[in-house]
Amino acid sequence: MRIYADNAATTKPSRAAIEAMLPYLEEEYGNPSSLYTLGQRAREAIEQAREEVAAVIHADPRDITFTSGGSEADNQAIRSAAEKGRKAGKTHIISTAFEHHAVLHTLNRLEKEGFRVTLLDVHENGLVRPDELDAAICDETCLVTVMTANNEIGTIQPIRALGELCARRGVPFHTDAVQAVGHLPIDVDADHIDMLSASAHKFHGPKGVGFLYARKKVPLVNLIDGGAQERGKRAGTENVPAIMGMAAALKESAARMDGDAERMRTLRDRLITGLREIPHSALNGDAVKRLPGNANFCFEGIEGESLLLLLDDRGICASSGSACTSGSLDPSHVLLAIGRVHDVAHGSLRLTLGEDATEEEVDYIVRNVREVVEYLRGFSPVWRDLVSGKANFIL
Amino acid sequence: MALYSEKVMEHFRNPRNVGVIEDADGVGEVGNAKCGDIMKMYLKIDGDTVTDVKFETFGCGSAIASSSMATELIKGKPVADAMKLTNKAVAEALDGLPAYKMHCSVLAEEAIQSALADYYAKHPEKKPAT
Repeated sequence: MRIYADNAATTKPSRAAIEAMLPYLEEEYGNPSSLYTLGQRAREAIEQAREEVAAVIHADPRDITFTSGGSEADNQAIRSAAEKGRKAGKTHIISTAFEHHAVLHTLNRLEKEGFRVTLLDVHENGLVRPDELDAAICDETCLVTVMTANNEIGTIQPIRALGELCARRGVPFHTDAVQAVGHLPIDVDADHIDMLSASAHKFHGPKGVGFLYARKKVPLVNLIDGGAQERGKRAGTENVPAIMGMAAALKESAARMDGDAERMRTLRDRLITGLREIPHSALNGDAVKRLPGNANFCFEGIEGESLLLLLDDRGICASSGSACTSGSLDPSHVLLAIGRVHDVAHGSLRLTLGEDATEEEVDYIVRNVREVVEYLRGFSPVWRDLVSGKANFIL
Repeated sequence: MALYSEKVMEHFRNPRNVGVIEDADGVGEVGNAKCGDIMKMYLKIDGDTVTDVKFETFGCGSAIASSSMATELIKGKPVADAMKLTNKAVAEALDGLPAYKMHCSVLAEEAIQSALADYYAKHPEKKPAT
């Protein structure tokens, strides 16, 4: 048995996505830049895909640039806004402490180039406060970049309020919507979004493809120079099969979104209720303003990697923000940003349900997480100290 | 390739010598929860022999496997051998650890050293002349 509960990491490609890709791997292999019919059919196909992708976020298709994924889109969006700012003598950028590393590391680089970066507090509930953004914006601010939904704790930011604020203050607004596109309704006009990043494999499309939405007011800076593809803003022959798979996956996800989200929220809440019964545990992030499938917990007295390995033995795929799974000595920057101390952040577990999750699966997860946490606590010296009163419980 | 060797996974899934020795002759604890690994070793020593050893570990798969393997390598062995146990020996006995997990084997060595230091602090007369 396998229960895949790591849909924030990647999703299973949908049948629609696979079938949309196959013709472009087998017969329709033309280069969209070629002028003969085979090439032009590929050109028409990706332009059709561009329209479909744009429609889902209520955008003008001419503002969609296909990229290799969310990270590239984040890099290009931020670099482009920074370049525009630099030319106008504006070198201040506002973001949050719990952005994806594709955003944070790009900002680090810009800091070395002389930009000043303000990271907004995301508070205990994992939510940005619009009034704090308002206070942070100054005359030098050339970009505000806040993710739509957090990839670890799933909290959904007040994007429309942030977008309206940026529009009023005349500052370009970018959002990394990698976890949200295909799962939450997005309207770039109503939400006042100037730039948006998305990745296909988060909504049942293929890996290695995504898109950047950018209004004309932010001229894009090339990350990859070369040919004139994507209106000269992203060189390299288009990944036609992947683009076709992405469009088909997104179209399907968007059509099913409302029903899926409601069902997933019910299952997610069942999961959260079950896991909350484990003593000395805590849900990370706001309980309501979170992605329909996301449950993220800290369990005191245990370490996340060993929890994941034992859950894997029981057929459950999940992830953790422990240092051992992040490949560094520090646990997840997201958990630290919402105020979890290191000791507790090491014992985190992220479960992200898919659209096809069932009640039985949720109950199986709850039962097994409870058993494994109990087992690991049984020989944890940290847990022993907590139980014996030598140390104080945090959760 | 899998993250860990079969040997690491086997020790992680079925750790040997887990638990506490209430009347231990030496107890050592190393690491800290901030970094995500804590190992605690309990030794029972009779004459010149480590007659029993138990451990408790808060940490990742390789930390648990390293603790387990280290206890196996010293249980029933002369104290002098336990003194000489290196992290390299622990890692080799586990058929290797990923480079960024080698510190887990270092913790296992240090936990045993710390437990032996505790034993010698309580029994200075047993300490070998250096």
